[in-house]
Amino acid sequence: MSATQAAPESGAPLEGAGVAVEPTESAFHRLTRSTVIVTFAALSAMIIGFAIKAPGQFDTWSNFRQLAQNVAILTVVSVGTTFVIATAGVDLSIPSGIVLGEVFAVKALALIHVHGGGTAVDVAGTDSKATYILVALCGSLAAGLALGIVNGVAVGYMRIPPLLATLGTLGAGLGCALLLQNGVNTATNALDPIPNGHAIPGVPNLILIAAVAVALGVVLLNFSVFGRHTLAIGSNAEAARRVGIKVERHLLRVYVLGGMMSGFAGFLSLSYFTTTSLAGHSTDNLKAITAVALGGTSLFGGVASIIGTLIGVWIPAVLQNGFVIIGVQPYWQDVVVGFVLILTVWADQLRRRARQR
Amino acid sequence: MNETAVTATGPDPSATPPPAGVPALAVRGLTKSYGHVRALRGVSFEAYAGEVTALVGDNGAGKSTLIKCVAGVVQPEEGTVEVNGAPVTMTDPQHATQLGIETVYQDLALAPDLDAAANVFLGREVRRIRFLHNQPEMRRRTAHSFQELGVGMVQDLRAPVAAFSGGQRQSVAIARAAMWAKHVIVMDEPTAALGVIQTLKVLELILKIRDRGLAVVFVSHNLPQVLEVADRIEVMRLGARVARFRRGEVDVERLIAAISGAYTNEVQV
Repeated sequence: MSATQAAPESGAPLEGAGVAVEPTESAFHRLTRSTVIVTFAALSAMIIGFAIKAPGQFDTWSNFRQLAQNVAILTVVSVGTTFVIATAGVDLSIPSGIVLGEVFAVKALALIHVHGGGTAVDVAGTDSKATYILVALCGSLAAGLALGIVNGVAVGYMRIPPLLATLGTLGAGLGCALLLQNGVNTATNALDPIPNGHAIPGVPNLILIAAVAVALGVVLLNFSVFGRHTLAIGSNAEAARRVGIKVERHLLRVYVLGGMMSGFAGFLSLSYFTTTSLAGHSTDNLKAITAVALGGTSLFGGVASIIGTLIGVWIPAVLQNGFVIIGVQPYWQDVVVGFVLILTVWADQLRRRARQR
Repeated sequence: MNETAVTATGPDPSATPPPAGVPALAVRGLTKSYGHVRALRGVSFEAYAGEVTALVGDNGAGKSTLIKCVAGVVQPEEGTVEVNGAPVTMTDPQHATQLGIETVYQDLALAPDLDAAANVFLGREVRRIRFLHNQPEMRRRTAHSFQELGVGMVQDLRAPVAAFSGGQRQSVAIARAAMWAKHVIVMDEPTAALGVIQTLKVLELILKIRDRGLAVVFVSHNLPQVLEVADRIEVMRLGARVARFRRGEVDVERLIAAISGAYTNEVQV
């Protein structure tokens, strides 16, 4: 910040002064100002530290591939959450989005009757067809869409604070899922090709899907008009409204995006764990918010980074994995992440205070 | 709104000045009530292209309401608004924008986390392949336009405007309005929160915008400043115009007299 604040105030000529289109400070300085670089440095330090402590165990390709697979579902959810938090909102209803996504997927599969009796839910993984997978995917996305619309209408049009609106849909959504399933989980192997397949040799599909989600998130947030308006609303909703951005409609779209990413995560979760998980995922909302905040996205809106979120997803995972490998109680991961989270948000606060003179 | 075809800088072909004597912006007999409070009681008002028109009056005179009517934020109950002699009805702020009227609000309405170019083009982004924005082009046009207007205070077009000083931010807001305004630019107390040097720069900018052939309307409580830059002064009191002066016709004392009610209200049309 200091480099721009040093702009000559009194010394500048009154007229005819040129404007620097290119940044006057070096690329390195801009990098060090960015929270993403700091968190990336922290993550790198952790990886290097564990690699030194446990050579040949932590720093193996298979370990990293396993890690990437473990965080893939959380990555997908967190990309959506980044957009929601960029508007100065929050989405607590992620667990209900995931669980409803799973339930809608198995309900959709149950609509398909296969030869020899039974439904697509019960087919073996090797007998699964692309249509089954597509139908299940549509079911999951429909669940996410429905949840997102409720969230978006409540936050955008009814002006209910996002914390409470999504707290409401968290409970309501989980309740619906339990009602639909009568409280009993359903197992299915129909989606086995998703986690077990390798569209690119050596890379499990789950990792590929997460990578695509991150790439699309980067384009949408940083290079699209949608992302620009998302950040503008988070920065100053009134300013966005005055220049003609339809703020209510845009918020609806952002929450629909968040909801559909949750639903999609439900689809991935169902495929990975081969069963619905009515009681699972209950802290995925907090994990996603933690990842987004660790990544330098401001909870006050207006500043967001998808790459930062990706790093934020990895930090707790690397800590957990590394602690297990070097024989430290893995619960230390929760302690460390908790304090790192507080420090990150504190840094964001200081940054905001410094520039609001 | 046409995001791609708009030329942000340079003379706009549609901005041909109206025939001499026709005000770029005219308001006739506007009334507006908020509950029992009659904010506007048949106010009339004119602003001409290539002139700075100051709108003065005490608190509660109805200046802000009048500005909101002209900006399309508030719909008047009676009366007409004319742009270059043609009566218009504005239903929302975007409508005013399309008619070539830009407003600089007192609270600036900038998004502090976005850079200057993003703010200038907010809601009117230059696009490529429909849904992506063309940031280099927006930055280039912003730099060009700022240079033309002499807004040389913005050193780094990549920095968020939150990092700017109050004067720089005000300049960005005014320059944005100047880039998009085809006919009229309305400013609500543009120098109220600024220091001496920053105020000078902003007044300089206002005169530059006037010299481009726009009608500049500005609200101010700073009477010496009004006398310095305004070509016309319109005085409001209790929701109506009570006096109007040309440059050089009035001094601070007579202006205060007009503001405080020494002259009777103009006959309502």
